[in-house]
Amino acid sequence: MKILNRLKAFFLMDFVRAYFLAQRYFFKKKSTLNYPYEKGKLSPRFRGEHALRRYPSGEERCIGCKLCEAVCPAQAITIETEPRDDGTRRTTRYDIDMVKCIYCGLCEESCPVDAIVQGPHFEFSTETREELYYDKDKLLLNGDRWESVIADNLEKDAKYK
Amino acid sequence: MSVVTLIFDNIFIILTILMWSIVVFIPILIGVILAVYGDRKIWAAVQKRKGPNVVGPFGLFQVPADGLKYIFKEIIIPDGSDKVLFIFAPILTFGLAIGAWSVIPIQMGAALSNINVGILYIFAISSLGVYGILIAGWSSNSKYPFFGALRSAAQMVSYEVSIGFVIVTVLMCVGSLNLTDIVLAQKDIWFFIPLFPMFIVFFISALAETNRPPFDLPEAESELVAGYQTEYSAMPFVLFFFGEYANILLMCAMTTILFLGGWLPPFDIAPFNMIPGFVWFLLKLLFVFYMFAMVKAFVPRYRYDQLMRLGWKVFLPVSLISVVLTSSVLFFFNLAPNLI
Repeated sequence: MKILNRLKAFFLMDFVRAYFLAQRYFFKKKSTLNYPYEKGKLSPRFRGEHALRRYPSGEERCIGCKLCEAVCPAQAITIETEPRDDGTRRTTRYDIDMVKCIYCGLCEESCPVDAIVQGPHFEFSTETREELYYDKDKLLLNGDRWESVIADNLEKDAKYK
Repeated sequence: MSVVTLIFDNIFIILTILMWSIVVFIPILIGVILAVYGDRKIWAAVQKRKGPNVVGPFGLFQVPADGLKYIFKEIIIPDGSDKVLFIFAPILTFGLAIGAWSVIPIQMGAALSNINVGILYIFAISSLGVYGILIAGWSSNSKYPFFGALRSAAQMVSYEVSIGFVIVTVLMCVGSLNLTDIVLAQKDIWFFIPLFPMFIVFFISALAETNRPPFDLPEAESELVAGYQTEYSAMPFVLFFFGEYANILLMCAMTTILFLGGWLPPFDIAPFNMIPGFVWFLLKLLFVFYMFAMVKAFVPRYRYDQLMRLGWKVFLPVSLISVVLTSSVLFFFNLAPNLI
């Protein structure tokens, strides 16, 4: 056995086999994703950029219960509420510091009315830090922009909740 | 006679030399660019990656773009370095790598200078290459370049011994030191068939000689940052890099000339011998380079003592024995070429 191994080493058998292995891999399908042009599939549960949703009537969902603010482990959410003219309680301020946020998804889970959600969008890098301090307008705008995708994802994920 | 008149009187000769230098340099420049590109592509393909494919068509401009970036960067010269030698080392490496190409015959009669001791010339030039690395490591006055240079010097000296013996066996079968004669002697059979073990020894020694993986210990980044190149930046680094790849191509060309029959077609019949010789030469060079790149992709780096053991305790005896064997066969079967 020892002599056989020596012979194998002498005739570089390991290298010959390694060569054919490498040659096989040479022709295999590449696993590279050409990122900006091709994108990977995202799960419906993907936790990306936040959005505040509205009811189909156009009324905003958030009732200012502050559960998300309380549960947020990074304390990235700041909410101020006041009663509106029609007597319902609404937020006057809803800020998320996207720099602090750890994208854990607890805000989405705690929300009783599915108002704050994390959408599928994740390419929102900015050139300044200030642009990442999202306020209510920005979050509602996100909600309007991604509503169809978000609603679809929520429906797909509903049976597992 | 002043220098000015000396230059003026010989202006024609100087211009001719300049022209020939450019004639040699431009193809090597293109060759090196393609070699770096091919190297990266082959390496990527084995790892199921795509390699450079963004800059230019198929990513072909990636290498020139990188080169330009380096050229426009600042040259950093360390405070404690020997400044003259520090700048001289890459120039030496670069110049030697280019200079060796002047005797390589691409086609019948298509060598810049068809000198009678071509192979000795190449052997001498590639042996001098170690000085560039040694000077670079020493003049940097820093520990990683120093270790890299020491390793490189030991490695290149050890493997040059076996390369020398391999060349001796080939020369015994040819009876001439002229590279054109070496190719023409392979008209009947390419030397890699009768001298197959020597072919393997030469190929592996060439890997070690050019500091290619798996023998890239002088610039092993996990141990020595970048070896002798650590302190180099911008243009001097480009010169080192260029010299390295020019040397790799030179070794590929040497393998082609010594063992794969240079510009000769594989069969001397109609469809094959109609293709011009330099195409065959380039195809063979490409094949050898492909093997160089593949080896880089699938062999892990050797430990330093393994490297030395392989050089001195395996390759040296093997090549010595085959020198004796080849000469005995040539003598007793009366196959030795007729020497004038």
